[in-house]
Amino acid sequence: MNAAVAPARLFALPRLSSPAVRRLFYGAVGLGLLFGLWWLGGLLLYLNPATRSFANFGPIPTFRAFPELIGDGTILRAIESSGYRLGMGLLLAITCGVPIGIFMGRSQTFRQLSNTPFQLLRMISPLSWEPIAVIVFAKWDAAIIFLIAIAAVWPVAFSTAAGLAKVDPAWFKVSRNLGARPWHMLSQIILPAIAFDVLTGIRLALGVAWIVLVPAEFLGVTSGLGYSIEDARETLSYNHLTAMVLVIGVIGFALDSICMLLITRYSWHRQT
Amino acid sequence: MPIRGVHIEVVDLSHRYSSRGALTFDRVKLEAQSGEALAIIGRSGCGKSTLLHIMAGLVRPTSGKVSLDGKAVEGPSPRWVMMFQAPHLFPWMRVAQNVGIGLRFANWPQAEMRDRVAEALRLVDLEDFAENNVQDLSGGQQQRVALARSLVMEPELLLLDEPFSALDAFTRASLQRDVRSIAKRLGINLVNVTHDIDEAVLMGDRALIMAGSPGRIMHDITIDLGDPRERQDPAVQAARAQLMKSFEGAANAASGTAGSEAGDTHDADHGSSAEFTGMSAAESLGTARA
Ligand SMILES: Nc1ncnc2c1ncn2[C@@H]1O[C@H](COP(=O)(O)OP(=O)(O)OP(=O)(O)O)[C@@H](O)[C@H]1O
Ligand SMILES: [Mg+2]
Repeated sequence: MNAAVAPARLFALPRLSSPAVRRLFYGAVGLGLLFGLWWLGGLLLYLNPATRSFANFGPIPTFRAFPELIGDGTILRAIESSGYRLGMGLLLAITCGVPIGIFMGRSQTFRQLSNTPFQLLRMISPLSWEPIAVIVFAKWDAAIIFLIAIAAVWPVAFSTAAGLAKVDPAWFKVSRNLGARPWHMLSQIILPAIAFDVLTGIRLALGVAWIVLVPAEFLGVTSGLGYSIEDARETLSYNHLTAMVLVIGVIGFALDSICMLLITRYSWHRQT
Repeated sequence: MPIRGVHIEVVDLSHRYSSRGALTFDRVKLEAQSGEALAIIGRSGCGKSTLLHIMAGLVRPTSGKVSLDGKAVEGPSPRWVMMFQAPHLFPWMRVAQNVGIGLRFANWPQAEMRDRVAEALRLVDLEDFAENNVQDLSGGQQQRVALARSLVMEPELLLLDEPFSALDAFTRASLQRDVRSIAKRLGINLVNVTHDIDEAVLMGDRALIMAGSPGRIMHDITIDLGDPRERQDPAVQAARAQLMKSFEGAANAASGTAGSEAGDTHDADHGSSAEFTGMSAAESLGTARA
């Protein structure tokens, strides 16, 4: 960002004292420790004759399952179906949540009117909507998308409203004076001003949606990550099961990291 | 930038914020010639900011009207731009984007916008800071960016609501000098609200003293001094002392019984208002109050 600082950082990069390298280093070591523990657990299962049939839960059989799961397209298909549901659910949550949040932030009447019902709806565990969703929607896909959307809409809406509450009202006065029309106000002032808060809300929403997605796929559907885990359990292919669990973790982590990057990119807040 | 200003006429302007609330000010009248720099001085709460907001079209008056070149002000416009105590820059934009935002609202082509922004930044001596983050600038530099953001629209009228009051003395002095010289060079009208008598003397062609509740314009004093104005200059000092005296007089008159004398003063038109150069002003002012 700052021209004077950039070259200095570049020089410091190879040293461990550089924060980025340090973070990467500790991240790798921590991950290594996790896999070590997993491996130890697998070994213990293997050593005890009573649990030897579960030894496939260990990391080595798990990693051996990947070529097969990738080769026959299981992983890709599962990601595709789950990704579609997640994407549609989140899209719905964002397209409803952001306007609701802006409305909450701009209109005091609406905020006061909606606060109690929204807080109540928010506290309903998303999965408890499942039976209703199944009755209402003809397709399982639609039901799952609904579950994700209803879970994800609240963090987006509340975060947007909170962001708007922090917006300096003088910005509106200044822009009105400089000839802003309502459309400019939204695109040039409100949205950039609250981008950080909206993205933070989306990140929270993604976390909730990801948690809801997998159990929602345990029932009814015959595709997706949740289904693959259920399927692996029923066929007793435990290494497939752990492989899919690992895939879920990796994708979730990746999506969350992307959100983090976007937040850093669009944040204008100064940490002091 | 072309030279232009605007003839300002405020007629019987009254305002109350709520229908049952007290009057903020009552039948305020004022007139300014094209290119003139007005300073409005008054105690806190007498309605100066409200008056500026109404002149900028940001607030609708309860009654009365503001005309610029004979046309009534109906709403905000980039032709009359207001500056506030804080710069209120947009922190997600760089300096140049902040300055160009008004042109962007008006859908200017990129190339012309860049030229205009560069010119405005040159006017406020910030050409080297175009790509900086506004949050990295000092308070004075930020206020300069806000000034450039206003100037880039080539306004006819700049309404200043104490934009220098939060700055240190040195920065304030340099901005006072620069804003006046830029406004004079471009022919822009200034209406400058301030608590600072020095600032009124250093920046104004005329000073209006507002006092009372509801607020009224009690005195209208011409400050006939050359440019550039230096604080230490005896003529400036004398004008300052004189302005101070009538300021205190106005405050006393306002706090006493609603003086009919004060009412007469604000009804007096521009031509008959007290006018002074240096020491000779004492007399004309003395007669006005006698
Ligand atoms: N938005 C508002 N709603 C209601 N009352 C207001 C509002 N803004 C100002 N007032 C009231 O109107 C009166 C005049 O306020 P104004 O801000 O115009 O004074 P001012 O002369 O600019 O004061 P200062 O020198 O402190 O800035 C005050 O009594 C204030 O309380
Ligand atoms: Mg004020």
